[in-house]
Amino acid sequence: MTDDTGKMSCAQFQARLPELIGSGVNAGADPHIQSCELCRALLTDLMTIAEAARQLFPIVEPPDDLWKHIESAIKSENGDPPDAGLPLPVHSN
Amino acid sequence: MPNSRIPTHPPDGSPPDLDEAAPFPAPDAKRVKFVPSASPDPAEADALARAQAGDHHAFAQLYSLHKRRIYSLCLRMVGNIAEAEDLTQEAFLQLHRKISTFRGDSAFSTWLHRLTINVVLMQLRKKGLSLISLDEAMEPVPEEGPGRSFGAPDLALSGTIDRLALERAVADLPAGYRLIFILHDVEGYEHNEIASMLECSIGNSKSQLHKARLRLRDALRANSQKEAQP
Repeated sequence: MTDDTGKMSCAQFQARLPELIGSGVNAGADPHIQSCELCRALLTDLMTIAEAARQLFPIVEPPDDLWKHIESAIKSENGDPPDAGLPLPVHSN
Repeated sequence: MPNSRIPTHPPDGSPPDLDEAAPFPAPDAKRVKFVPSASPDPAEADALARAQAGDHHAFAQLYSLHKRRIYSLCLRMVGNIAEAEDLTQEAFLQLHRKISTFRGDSAFSTWLHRLTINVVLMQLRKKGLSLISLDEAMEPVPEEGPGRSFGAPDLALSGTIDRLALERAVADLPAGYRLIFILHDVEGYEHNEIASMLECSIGNSKSQLHKARLRLRDALRANSQKEAQP
């Protein structure tokens, strides 16, 4: 899996990347990364995306009427009459 | 766009501050999934005990305490508001059915989080979306070979990422890629856990996550190029 000079090609290195990254190995210490600017840039980008992912997607409020639907479904499962309402939630996080 | 760029490398080397409303803050720079607090909210503990005993008022209180986290989780996983509402409803119905089986081996929030993920996965399987997209995602695609992802240094994502652009790119991922990316990179599950949840191999989980990140990189670079155009 090396070229004539004994070095791993970019394609060979990148084929190993999912396992390298996924196994928690420090892919940045790989000899190929030390000598290849393109693969170093790729690895940096992938790690940047993974880091950024942890801050994605704000917490959002569900629609107000969702509880009514849940309440109705629970009553239906319980065999309760339609007017046997569950309490509307009053405390919100 | 203000406040939409994510500082990925804080100057002091500390982990970036998360929105205080974030559901599962990572306590260190390493990807860590939500770890339950050692001292759970007394109000929640009380509501939980009463809800397990059949108190509907207490169940309503639990809904209020967790609705935002559960709805947001569903929304992240499916990327569709109407589906997220349906799945949130189904998650709380499942909770209502199963709440008496909660034994406190983990934090309630962790248990409910996992229950919700299972509800979402079950729904996706019912619709055939997950299995199809997972299979598709596992098929080698010639144009997605390693060489395609070479990055010219001048196009490398440097330092910050546009949060909104990344969220849009995640939403545009095929369902199988999005699932793995959300479960691993956003929710913090390990590959062995994801493999178990999705009934695929650990290698497939790693491979799909890698492909998802490559697609996101391509999307972000395309977005950057578009923004750079006059």
